[in-house]
Amino acid sequence: MNDMANKWIGARTIRPDGADKVTGRAQYSADTTMPGMIWGKVLRSPHAHARIRGIDTSRAEALPGVKAVVTHKDIVEFPLDKSVMLGIQDMRWMCRNVMAREKALFHGHPIAAVAAISEEVAAAACALIEVDYEVLPHVIEIEDAIRPDAPILHEWNRFEGKPSNIAGTMVLKAGDIEKGFAEADIVVERSFTTRPVHQGHIEPQSCTVSYAADGRVTIWSSSQGQFMVRAMTSLLTGIPQSDIRAIPAEIGGGFGAKTIIYLEPVAVMLSRKSGRPVKMVMTREEVQRATGPAPGSLMTVKMGAKKDGTLVAAQGTFYLQAGALPGSPLRGPVGCSFAAYAIPNVLSVGYDVVSNRSKVAAYRAPGAPHGAFAAETVLDEIAEALGIDPLDLRLRNSAKAGDKAIYGPNFGAVTFKETVEAIKHHPHYTAPLDKNPRPGFKRGRGVASGFWYNAGGESSVQVNITEDGNVLVTTGHPDVGGSRASIANVVAELLGVDHARVNVMIGDTQTIGFSNLTGGSRVTFASAMVATASTEKVIGQLKERAARIWKIEADAVKWEDGMALPAGDNAGKFPPLSLKDLAAKANEMGGPIGTQVQLNTTGADPGFATHCVDVEVDVELGIVRVLRYTAAQDVGRALHPGYVEGQIQGGVVQGIGWALSEEYLYDAKGRVDNAGFLDYRMPVCSDVPMIDPIMIEIPNPKHPQGVRGVGEAPIVPPLAAIANAVYDALGRRFYALPMSPPRVTERLAEG
Amino acid sequence: MSKLHVSTSINGEPVEFLCTAAESMLDVLRGPLGLTGTKEGCGTGDCGACSITVDGRLVCACLMLAVEAEGHEIGTIEGMAQGDRLHPLQQKFLEMAALQCGICTPGVLMASRALLEKNPDPTEEEVRFGLAGNLCRCTGYDKIVRAVLETAAEMRSAA
Amino acid sequence: MTDIRYLAPRTLDEAVGAFAAAAGAARILAGGTDLLVQMRNGAVKPGTIIDIKKIAEMTAIEELPDGGFRIGAAVPGAVLAEHPRFGKAWPGVLEAVNLIGSKQVQGRASAGGNLCNGSPAGDSVPAMIAAGAVVTVQGPNGRRSMPVEAVPAGPGRTNLAPGEIVVAFTLPARAPGSGDAYLRMIPRTEMDIAVVGCGVNLTLAGGVVTAARVGLGAVAPTVLLVGEAARALIGSRLDDAALEAAAAACRAACKPINDKRGTIAYRTKVAGVLLKRAAAIAAQRAGGN
Repeated sequence: MNDMANKWIGARTIRPDGADKVTGRAQYSADTTMPGMIWGKVLRSPHAHARIRGIDTSRAEALPGVKAVVTHKDIVEFPLDKSVMLGIQDMRWMCRNVMAREKALFHGHPIAAVAAISEEVAAAACALIEVDYEVLPHVIEIEDAIRPDAPILHEWNRFEGKPSNIAGTMVLKAGDIEKGFAEADIVVERSFTTRPVHQGHIEPQSCTVSYAADGRVTIWSSSQGQFMVRAMTSLLTGIPQSDIRAIPAEIGGGFGAKTIIYLEPVAVMLSRKSGRPVKMVMTREEVQRATGPAPGSLMTVKMGAKKDGTLVAAQGTFYLQAGALPGSPLRGPVGCSFAAYAIPNVLSVGYDVVSNRSKVAAYRAPGAPHGAFAAETVLDEIAEALGIDPLDLRLRNSAKAGDKAIYGPNFGAVTFKETVEAIKHHPHYTAPLDKNPRPGFKRGRGVASGFWYNAGGESSVQVNITEDGNVLVTTGHPDVGGSRASIANVVAELLGVDHARVNVMIGDTQTIGFSNLTGGSRVTFASAMVATASTEKVIGQLKERAARIWKIEADAVKWEDGMALPAGDNAGKFPPLSLKDLAAKANEMGGPIGTQVQLNTTGADPGFATHCVDVEVDVELGIVRVLRYTAAQDVGRALHPGYVEGQIQGGVVQGIGWALSEEYLYDAKGRVDNAGFLDYRMPVCSDVPMIDPIMIEIPNPKHPQGVRGVGEAPIVPPLAAIANAVYDALGRRFYALPMSPPRVTERLAEG
Repeated sequence: MSKLHVSTSINGEPVEFLCTAAESMLDVLRGPLGLTGTKEGCGTGDCGACSITVDGRLVCACLMLAVEAEGHEIGTIEGMAQGDRLHPLQQKFLEMAALQCGICTPGVLMASRALLEKNPDPTEEEVRFGLAGNLCRCTGYDKIVRAVLETAAEMRSAA
Repeated sequence: MTDIRYLAPRTLDEAVGAFAAAAGAARILAGGTDLLVQMRNGAVKPGTIIDIKKIAEMTAIEELPDGGFRIGAAVPGAVLAEHPRFGKAWPGVLEAVNLIGSKQVQGRASAGGNLCNGSPAGDSVPAMIAAGAVVTVQGPNGRRSMPVEAVPAGPGRTNLAPGEIVVAFTLPARAPGSGDAYLRMIPRTEMDIAVVGCGVNLTLAGGVVTAARVGLGAVAPTVLLVGEAARALIGSRLDDAALEAAAAACRAACKPINDKRGTIAYRTKVAGVLLKRAAAIAAQRAGGN
């Protein structure tokens, strides 16, 4: 929404980093070089599960051209009996994720690393490292990992008194579900599975690191948080944070995957031991085998409703794969699956299951798409059984402002209903759909909704006025989706200057105050809030300068359209002073004009989304294609509509891939069989139609610009929306993802 | 290991470099030539982030040996703008927010330009199939396709 | 470390000489869209790379006096698509070659490379087989011809003798009333390796099929020429019974595997489905001729 009064907020401005991005000049982490740079390569476990009895690096070290070799001995050990948290990451797992210690826990697990004068020499040296493995039986799938006779990954991990691969649980409850189900007129219980999927960022993880002779470290890396990079590297290497400068390069996609690090601590130790800057770039195969992904899941959801559609009880049991080390995002399915609905009796339980695959990392609304696939499918079945329109069922049961959320707090404004109504009244929902368009093809339509927590968190913004009256804004968050453009809009609007005079940069850990990760749908929310505060402070400074020039009180000055003006006739008659005028006088009037504001932002209210999708199925081949997609979401206020739409469209297409074609495939030895973009099938341009985003703008009262986080909610509904559409087309429910052609064909054959 | 000497032309400028027979054009562009606008997403020709042109024809730089550049005209993203005059596609991508993280953008722009050079009046379907070799994970392709179609229309009316 | 030699001979004799002399340690480079991937993943470690793109015969497209075509083995699919007449005569072969990979890959990938790579899923091969293409091969013992279907020997292997290089594909003159088509099943709309590929070439006179050839890919260790399917179509009016018999023949000819791209059951079923669909398109194109 562009209030007519707004010039920049809500306008589709050109992003500050745009010219560099379209001309190839933007510097991503793999584009950086440092003089004297050498190359690092990782030796990875060839076994899915093995005890490491010994590592002999002598032959590698002797190879000409090799400058350093690193093993777990060079990484700080976090003992297994003491949890040390950095945000949501437990450093016991991080240190073992970055370099194996007692065991190789998945095929591709880093065992050692080499720095050498070329990638080729480094790779050859890796092949000379001798590792004494005791190969152990491995286990991959959840149902196998939770069996009593399953190979156990961590002998010290116990569940219900016995060694187990269940590494954690989470329970949320409300009311009494037994009573609730007893009151229900209809109960639907279904079990679901989803395969693990990767975030699919096109830019592999990489970093270039320099450990200088004085022990100061500089890291250029592709990450979603330079402060996380600094903190994690410090913890894993023992180097104090103040000696580490983490510089965020432009990032080529993250989606959560780059909220942790794999290479940086290893590169730092290689650089320290070799005395040279070290560059490490993952290949696509390494990315697929050894980073991320999002968990696979095994879920059961049971919901009960009265005849009139009122939901009375909901029960969910969610097993998520953690990968080799604990920490799957249980709060996703456990907290979000039923959150948008006012259900009095709920029991939501999650189990964190370890198995011999790479440790999962965050992926856009972590865990929530899984739970939504289950819950939103069950809702669809209940709606059908009761003869109620599925959107009406959601409207009837929507949570309201003030309701207690299953995960604890009372809701502020709840804008869920608006997203449902937006779909209900959209031409897509009522457009005629020929379910039998031609022989052998069927079409169907489905809807689903989704919920995500969103987040606030720490953010820092500096606003500085240059001597010639232009504006420099420095923020602390890597820009994954065009957040610099939104910040420029806000600052330009508040200062009343032309957008082209505002330059937004991303600071590193030494040039900007602490800022939390880019992720959790928080960047624009947090940085716009802090940019607002910072700009308002600068305006205060400008007014104060004008006041001194005019020799009046500062509160007699107002700031309008980029100029200081007397606030009223009583203040006196003075010609306006522009930003340029005041900047030119800055030094003589007390110094440069500018400030930094650092806040731990709060007031991030959840994201709600409702989607509608039409699909067509080639029945003989089992191929599902998306014909039309409409996605409604409350965005609070679209500071830059183009980039908000982009978040919705991007999340939807990731959901389409998750629903139809993406999955990890393993061979009998526990190795990823499809570790590349050929056989890990993400949607290509011709696979999808235009994605129609409906941005509902109900300004978030807790944010000075009305912003609500938008990045994650879009990926939550597509799995169920598409499954419901396929049901509408074929008359068969799908409880397993992806709905790939062989699975669709098999399901149809089941009759 | 002895290196091969290659004389070629990149974005209209004569260029010489040394390489081994094993190095790809992508390795050499990003390494010794410092032309890092061409990106590596996969190294196996499955993502299009390394799209360049050879004698005007769109190819993946990761699927070409550097030594093959001898005697040919190589085009990269760095040659798409003319000084500070952006190509209409580049300008339109910025205006329509057809990029988010931007890592796929150089490849998408190269492929889009090649598409429009062959077919100045493509349908939406033709654009989608023409860009099928360029993976984008951020945008969902919607704004990319719209930007290409709008640029095509503008370029046709300017012609 | 890796001392790979690169040669770019200008004559076929030089190329054959170098290839034979390397005694298995050399690889032929046409488009490179398979070779570079294999070098990168370590599957192939050539001592010498022989770039054949400077050899005129390898990159030429010739229209023969009898109406047939001779396509150099290294001609990229995109170049073939630009030929003013080839696609009209052989739309199936053309679409098959231009389904390999992406536009970027098609800018380089060639039918010769696709065939010699020996993948049972190579898109151009079923269509070339259906077309009745004959390859010219040159080796240390001279030149010879063989039908395309005789070249693949198994996954990644060919029946070429040591030192032999595929030089060109010769496609016969088109009888009036002929049409060909290639269809493949892939999960996405582009970019995937074929789960099943089917090429059908038909000649019809008065609505009756007088000649037919069927090539089936990705369902056996080599691409198959399915004679039974062709025989089921010949003499028919492409009625349901004939198509079903041909489909059944395709299903029976399958010896597929379960792998990351498809299951045995799925591939077998799809082989029959694609036969029917490809035959319909080929017939429609034949009708136009």
